[in-house]
Amino acid sequence: MPMIKEVDYGTPVGGGPGIVALEVDGISVSVPSGTSILRAAAVAGVQIPKLCATDKLESFGSCRLCLVEIEGRRGAPASCTTPAEPGMKVRTQSPKLSRLRRGVMELYISDHPLDCLTCAANGDCELQDMAGQVGLREVRYGYEGRNHLDAGKDESNPYFTFDPSKCIVCSRCVRACEEVQGTFALTIQGRGFNSVVSAGGKDFLDSECVSCGACVQVCPTATLIEKTIIDRGQPERQVVTTCAYCGVGCLFRAELQGNEVVRMTPHDDGKANHGHSCVKGRFAWGYATHKDRIIAPMIREKITDPWREVSWDEAIRHTASEFRRIQAGYGRDSIGGITSSRCTNEETYLVQKLVRAAFGSNNVDTCARVCHSPTGYGLKTAFGTSAGTQDFDSVEDADVILVIGANPTDAHPVFASQMKRRLRAGARLIVIDPRRIDLVRSAHVEASYYLPLRPGTNVAVINAIAHVVVTESLVDEAFVKERCDLASFEQWRTFVAQERNSPEAVEAASGVGAADLRAAARLYATGGNAAIYYGLGVTEHSQGSTMVMGMANLAMATGNLGRRGVGVNPLRGQNNVQGSCDMGSFPHEFSGYRHVSDEATREMFEEAWRVTLQGEPGLRIPNMLDAAVEGTFKGIYIQGEDLVQSDPNTQHVAAGLAAMECVVVQDLFLNETANYAHVFLPGSSFLEKDGTFTNAERRISRVRKAIPPLAGLADWEVTMALSNALGYAMNYKHPSEIMDEIARLTPTFAGVSFEKLDRLGSVQWPCNDKAPNGTPVMHMEGFVRGKGRFMITEFIPTDERTSSRFPLLLTTGRILTQYNVGAQTRRTNNNIWHEEDVLEIHPHDAENRGIRDGQLVALISRAGEITLQARLTERMQPGVVYTTFHHPLTGVNVVTTEFSDWATNCPEYKVTAVQVRPAARMSEWQERYRQTRDTNARLLHETGIGGD
Amino acid sequence: MSVEKMVHMANQIALFFSGYPREEALAGVADHLQKFWEARMRRKLIDYVSAGGSGLHELVRDAVSRLPVC
Repeated sequence: MPMIKEVDYGTPVGGGPGIVALEVDGISVSVPSGTSILRAAAVAGVQIPKLCATDKLESFGSCRLCLVEIEGRRGAPASCTTPAEPGMKVRTQSPKLSRLRRGVMELYISDHPLDCLTCAANGDCELQDMAGQVGLREVRYGYEGRNHLDAGKDESNPYFTFDPSKCIVCSRCVRACEEVQGTFALTIQGRGFNSVVSAGGKDFLDSECVSCGACVQVCPTATLIEKTIIDRGQPERQVVTTCAYCGVGCLFRAELQGNEVVRMTPHDDGKANHGHSCVKGRFAWGYATHKDRIIAPMIREKITDPWREVSWDEAIRHTASEFRRIQAGYGRDSIGGITSSRCTNEETYLVQKLVRAAFGSNNVDTCARVCHSPTGYGLKTAFGTSAGTQDFDSVEDADVILVIGANPTDAHPVFASQMKRRLRAGARLIVIDPRRIDLVRSAHVEASYYLPLRPGTNVAVINAIAHVVVTESLVDEAFVKERCDLASFEQWRTFVAQERNSPEAVEAASGVGAADLRAAARLYATGGNAAIYYGLGVTEHSQGSTMVMGMANLAMATGNLGRRGVGVNPLRGQNNVQGSCDMGSFPHEFSGYRHVSDEATREMFEEAWRVTLQGEPGLRIPNMLDAAVEGTFKGIYIQGEDLVQSDPNTQHVAAGLAAMECVVVQDLFLNETANYAHVFLPGSSFLEKDGTFTNAERRISRVRKAIPPLAGLADWEVTMALSNALGYAMNYKHPSEIMDEIARLTPTFAGVSFEKLDRLGSVQWPCNDKAPNGTPVMHMEGFVRGKGRFMITEFIPTDERTSSRFPLLLTTGRILTQYNVGAQTRRTNNNIWHEEDVLEIHPHDAENRGIRDGQLVALISRAGEITLQARLTERMQPGVVYTTFHHPLTGVNVVTTEFSDWATNCPEYKVTAVQVRPAARMSEWQERYRQTRDTNARLLHETGIGGD
Repeated sequence: MSVEKMVHMANQIALFFSGYPREEALAGVADHLQKFWEARMRRKLIDYVSAGGSGLHELVRDAVSRLPVC
């Protein structure tokens, strides 16, 4: 579609209770009370000139352009700061107003470069527009006076420039940094003529700026502007689509020249992001056309052979032939497939259909196995469905926010900004995390209670909180009586009230002071609407599922479910974790979380798919690898997932893949898993296909094709071709037809269609006859399973224990600028912020080991050894170290173990007993990895394909 | 899957359900194995129990007898 400028109403809508009717230039208009005259005029279709005002920010009243006259009042008040009142008669144009506005513009332009024709913002500059709108024809002051035209440009940020010579000091950027992002990195330095926007440090890169782009978004001139726009010019068309990074699911406008993306801008109508963005979605999209993209299918007989480029037809025929050969030799269940949380709902649905219908087994799993599978198990057990309970906007009604095992400012930054806005407005915060995350104390946000627990003791802590609730009579008895299964509640109440679950009893194991824990529990139970937000610090434990159920118990016991402002909310790691789980990617269930043994459901799928389906659960990812090592699992189709880098105990993963006879990797890049592949099928990025993603709040949003697939086929077309080659016919013409099938076969998606999504923007499932426009908050009238079920959550310490050999505990996570295995972000300028994984260690632990900041250290566990640089920080508690898994050469999963969640096999990434000591060189594994990488690069080069 | 890993995983399940009254616990363990363990894994566990089931939590040993033949 052509570029469409979003209407800017000047100020946010008023939040008053009533409706105000007034006249603007003789036009009657009604607006909510508290709305500015500027906005009321815009609603009436009257555009009052403005510069410092935008509807993304509170009114400021500094530019003096939006002056108006009001009948019966003296002077010319600023319309942005004057609320509309009943019966007002406003005049926006008069000779006097024109004179005043031109005078203001003359002053601005007298200190502004007159380079409009060569300016990067030409055609998209509000200053230029306003000069035209007020009829500026001369600048009586001339251009010889004092000015800022020689002010130096700050080009330190890799994605945008700051040119103070073009700045009109409207403070929009400063206010966006405060109000929208909540970082408070920018300020106005100096006074009067010397006022300048400052990022604090020596430049933007050296500052607290997190490169979210909010300042660039609101800048009315070319002062803050994307480097891509400077390099390439203004876009000519746009496509509204959904970000392919984290589970927030921000809507963006992909802005293009021809088939080249020149900018991604957050979409104001995005119901998850409301026009905001983070450094990844806003700027780190260059990977989509990176030179490392493999855009031709390749095959090879052995994994030590060079790759051979082949046609799509040959690659598909070869793959189908190999899979059928393996099944003939080793049995039907000797092959399987893995869906990806980075791919669309339609693509994951097709892969699981391929496995169940064409392969004939249930050996399908998804990368959610290693992140949020305990969420699925735990919430389904407690509430009856595997999903978070709230929409993101619900946080605006929360009085107490409990963040457990999540780091929203790094991993879910756009939602973190929304959460911080609520915290600045008065909500109280409790943080439970072994690592002192930024949210504990940042600009104008401070946790009321920070409980720095020892890794692996989540369940002990949640039980202790529940113990306080139960023993101090803080249970919402009415809610429990009406909404919950009473027998399970009484069983749980008896269990959790036992003294061994008291804060005092668990203090030694958890490291959390009993007094703080009691106070936090009381705040959660009595502070009003209390909402739990959690991440992988909850799930990636041997008791991950138990902890999810523990949180569900707590929320039910305190009545914090079934309305806005409360709930149990998983923050999903990848863009489509929720969707990939919804689509039936797990080996034991069809789409909509229905077990494969359920005969009625299975018969429905058999009838629709015209094939006999298995009623037994299939293998999970770790089971597939185990079976491969044992020799009973020989072939795998992996779409958009890098098992070698992301799964635990890398050497075991590699051994499993190496034992297979046909590994098929479908991805954008030759990832680490591709080192063990016999077939490589080029993937398509989110810009190259149609479909849908489902975010952490169950919101289904459209992914729209902005450019053609670089390799000629979208991922869903490749899966379809493979299925057809295997003899199982799939003939979808468009992903909308796949969604139509999903809707026919999945009750919670019954009302979903591309037509509806295009019409409404997005919907949250359940979306069906009962809720045709979707369901923002679940369990309002009753739980999906009927009565909420309390589960006994005994604390059972992990078997991964510290010892004299391994006295420290390692926990892993991710940071703001990199994303998971880094396949995308490592191929962008985000590397400037995080070019390698480092080990965070407390200064005391470092001193005891003779380790200095920046020194190379060995990180050793029972599973393996790697080396990386040490970073000394009091963010860590003594005895606990932390690193990320973004860089393959670091190989952090060489040291993580195969211990996993009891219910789901989700790996215990968050607890590994380790030792740290100074090192002089890379570990043996890293040396071997480097050699393998170099060999593979050589093999690729010999093929003439290139790559990295 | 190694025997050690299988025993560890099965015992983890038993430990979760061990907080429940015995009959509920047995049903819970058996149901979990039936719903989430692939047939090859269940077969291996059943064979292991038949061979003595060394190292297995007693709930697993008893629950396995409730599993249908696979």
